[in-house]
Amino acid sequence: MKALGAGFATTLRHLWRKPVTEEYPEYRRALPERSRARIVLTHDPDGGERCVACYLCSGVCPVSCISMQAAEMPDGRRYAAWFRINFARCIYCGLCEEACPTAAIQLTPDFENIQRDILKLVFEKEDLLVDGCGKDKTYNFYRWAGVATAAGGKGAHEREAPPVRVRSNLP
Amino acid sequence: MFVWIAGIVLLLAKIGVILAVVLVVAAYLVWVERKLLARMQVRRGPNRAGKFGLLQPVADAVKLLTKEDTVPAEADRTIFLLAPAVVALTALLMFAVVPFGPPLTLWGRQVPMVIADLNVGLLFIFALSSLGVYGVALGGWAANSKFSLLGGIRGAAQMISYELALGLSLVPVVILAGSFSLVDIVAAQSRVPFVLVQPIACAIFFIAAVAEIKRIPFDLPEAENELGAGFHMEYSGMRFGLFFIGEYVHMQVLGALVAVFFLGGWHGPLLPGPVWLLLKMMLVCLVLIWIRGTLPRLRYDQLMALGWKVLVPTALVNILLTGMIVLL
Repeated sequence: MKALGAGFATTLRHLWRKPVTEEYPEYRRALPERSRARIVLTHDPDGGERCVACYLCSGVCPVSCISMQAAEMPDGRRYAAWFRINFARCIYCGLCEEACPTAAIQLTPDFENIQRDILKLVFEKEDLLVDGCGKDKTYNFYRWAGVATAAGGKGAHEREAPPVRVRSNLP
Repeated sequence: MFVWIAGIVLLLAKIGVILAVVLVVAAYLVWVERKLLARMQVRRGPNRAGKFGLLQPVADAVKLLTKEDTVPAEADRTIFLLAPAVVALTALLMFAVVPFGPPLTLWGRQVPMVIADLNVGLLFIFALSSLGVYGVALGGWAANSKFSLLGGIRGAAQMISYELALGLSLVPVVILAGSFSLVDIVAAQSRVPFVLVQPIACAIFFIAAVAEIKRIPFDLPEAENELGAGFHMEYSGMRFGLFFIGEYVHMQVLGALVAVFFLGGWHGPLLPGPVWLLLKMMLVCLVLIWIRGTLPRLRYDQLMALGWKVLVPTALVNILLTGMIVLL
């Protein structure tokens, strides 16, 4: 009986408390930088596209929502001829971001990405590309990778010694 | 002949007004319940449709009416389609015998402020609440789903067990008023409401009636976290809406009955009779919402133990005591 009374008193007391509800469209809580929502493709600090169309993101995607076609520029730099993410399928797990060797594909906190027509949720490369580098401000894959492109020839990359000249190096 | 036609028109008008009031109050009872429950849980509750969410019942009605009316392939079609109507209908019919004011004098004639002053009004109410069981049990059975069936069986067992305590708790009231008619019972309370004379009977009646209308803490037929939604699990659209209306009309019926049997019906100072009845009804409904916000659901054996081992014996002892005192 006493316990019953205490229970009823508790609910009655809470009737006069201020609700703790955050009302969404009026009040938007600032989301943490690493919260996972809409996916973007970023540029490297020098302004080139980061994506090298390696298919790792598409391979790791558990719902197979990423597809692309690889192509190569005249200087040997790889890029995606087309790149498509179906956000109607995406589960925002972030595995693509983890798999990406060039920090190109990144998840942003922007979750207000909703459409009446489901086909509008299929994003092409133009829709995905954003200006800027996203979370990693400095990384440029071609400055590190030992691939000869316009960004640098053999031996011109970061922490890379010039190639050994096999013929002149003999004793 | 003219008097006869006027009587019919007057009767229809009374029915219309009562139906309208009951259904509108049922709709807004949903809103009040959602708001109050939300506040008890430190939430805001519905506040998008209209000012303070006051248009929420309208939005709900539009939604329910435009939803697809699905019938499971293996269901017993006729019974499945009929069951919600039974629940809503029996709930609404109970208002036929509730007196909502003192007799009115129109053109020199006495007009009783009740749709039908049955001399067995109390039995009529019990009969309808027993019939309401059919809606629950058959609705649960006809859907041909095991969870619905469990809900329906629970509903039938629970309502039949609590019917007994419900009936026994009102015997002292009938002894004191000397009549089965609700009009006479209200008239007998013109000086003292029976809740002061018969607090035990009032408590038993209230508890049994809460079980009878399947509300928390006795909502085992629905038990959304064990049975999905229990007996109305397979229903959609307005058929589910009818069950819902039935539940909220039952809340009002319970409010009206507690008011009529124990709180003095429409008797009260200053305000006119119908307003007092409505106020008392609302008071009971608010208590019901408060209970819902506070108590957890009983286990099934606890429910049965409470009904058979506590309420029925207490009601019997209460009848004995009342009878002895009245005799002396």
